[in-house]
Amino acid sequence: MPLKAYHSPRPDLDFIAELIAPDSSVLDLGCGAGELLQKLLKEKNVQGHGVEIFDQFIYSCIEKGVPVIQADLDEGLDDYPNKSFDYVVLSRTLQVVHKPHIILKEMLRVGKTCIISVPNFGYWRIRLQLLLRGRMPVSKALPYEWYDTPNIHLSTVLDIQKYCAAENITIKGQTYLIKNGRGGLLVRLFPNIFSELAIFVIERNHLVSI
Amino acid sequence: MPDDPYSVCIVETQYFTFAESPNEMPLESGEKLGPITLAYETYGTLNNQKNNAILILHALSGDAHVAGRYSAEDPKPGWWDFMVGAGRPFDTDKYFIICSNVIGGCKGSTGPASINPKTKKPYNLSFPVITIGDMVRAQTHLIDHLGIDRLMCVVGGSMGGMQTLEWAVEYPDRVAAAIPMATTCRLGVQGIAFDEVARQAIYADANWKKGDYLNHGVVPAQGLAVARMLAHITYLSEAAMHQKFGRQLREKEHYGYDFSTEFEVESYLHHQGESFIRRFDANTYLYITKAINYFDLYRDYGTLEKAFRNVNSKFMVVSFASDWLYTTAQNKEIVKALKINRKPVTFCEIPSQAGHDAFLLPNPDMEKMIADFLAHVYD
Repeated sequence: MPLKAYHSPRPDLDFIAELIAPDSSVLDLGCGAGELLQKLLKEKNVQGHGVEIFDQFIYSCIEKGVPVIQADLDEGLDDYPNKSFDYVVLSRTLQVVHKPHIILKEMLRVGKTCIISVPNFGYWRIRLQLLLRGRMPVSKALPYEWYDTPNIHLSTVLDIQKYCAAENITIKGQTYLIKNGRGGLLVRLFPNIFSELAIFVIERNHLVSI
Repeated sequence: MPDDPYSVCIVETQYFTFAESPNEMPLESGEKLGPITLAYETYGTLNNQKNNAILILHALSGDAHVAGRYSAEDPKPGWWDFMVGAGRPFDTDKYFIICSNVIGGCKGSTGPASINPKTKKPYNLSFPVITIGDMVRAQTHLIDHLGIDRLMCVVGGSMGGMQTLEWAVEYPDRVAAAIPMATTCRLGVQGIAFDEVARQAIYADANWKKGDYLNHGVVPAQGLAVARMLAHITYLSEAAMHQKFGRQLREKEHYGYDFSTEFEVESYLHHQGESFIRRFDANTYLYITKAINYFDLYRDYGTLEKAFRNVNSKFMVVSFASDWLYTTAQNKEIVKALKINRKPVTFCEIPSQAGHDAFLLPNPDMEKMIADFLAHVYD
């Protein structure tokens, strides 16, 4: 698989790091080259590890001293006991898994708090591309052609909000990003149109069987 | 000797003897063994804080000679030479590297071919059956002797990986980091089956003499060669064999319609068998395969989760994609038990076509990940 999506700047990681309390435990699903955990290990003294499928990313994590386990998220999180991490993070990964619904349920089972960052397919430039060009949108955040994209489950901010409401998931916080930073008033008022990427802090207090 | 600026160069095997009467070492079987000699080699220098020692643990047919050569004329370096040296993953500029031949072995440590001081004759089958736990307990005496409380890292593949696990589980405070490679907490049934066929090949050799061949001046060479040939197939993958030999005939194009050595793979296996009988003892093969078969952390602890509950080491578990003898699934069981206990663990399956043997072969990814992992442990 081409890796360009991962190599693009990751402004979301700094915002996610801000949300994590010092000395906590963190499971980073789809951790890529381990940038987030490296930062958290160094600055916040967290415990935990990453999960990643591609070996070149695994080697990058090891180089950084980030504990990482090679696994396919679509095989689930069976090995992890309930509520065994303070935080489970899934950054820009939800759209590549085969069963987002199951991964989200599993995250909420394993983590006390979950943090997800999701590219917003409702972003106005993406809408405009589809409307005017009549073709599948290609953007910096989603740089693939339709035939080779790993992004098979795209969603909008509204989709995630509706999903959480329907699944009895509490959204404890959200950050809407555009380009390299937090968006302005327009982005905060109309995130489904003006944000490129959304970070949600989600929790579920009772366990639901899959 | 080839011009190799990174090599550990000329090395020498050393010997350490302990468990002299009446302080024989108790074995898991309930028997006692003593005196025990361990053959070992060291490379690099132990620092003043004594926190840079790495213990390398060898596999079934390995020995203490990990790296370097015994003389300038020595044609072959140690079995993991590319891993040990200046700037290599086990960097002798930074770390102090130790490797000992296991007890029960035939490369300088006390084993069935050693002379029993009580009878002045080789032990042969009167040698007590030893386990992976016994091998490791013997090593703790050597590590004490070297003045090391806590090893920076224990590392090994296959049976060396079993010893690595045993070290981390049984001596949690003496192991800062552990790298079990291509290994398992218990050998699969297929593995035990292959080992039994190998042992049967040795028993069936008329020269075996019920294990007493050394007193008869003969060697069960044919039996041991068959055992090695069989085992060697299990160390390769189908793809590796296909790539190496295919269905190639040797020095001819047409079938001979006879029973001479015709296929390249036959010739290769014969060569493996023949070179093995020159360097290995048949009874040792029986004892060591038995130790491998007995190793079972599930049986010892009830569950793997319990086995790893008290470990106190950073782990990096490494498997190889085409290894069907010590499978990735088996390696993942170790990772799972560590995860459940919330121990720091890294796991990677290295893509390789080489089968179980992959850990013994140069591989830039494997070398880099070990070097990087050790660098962070050392920091």
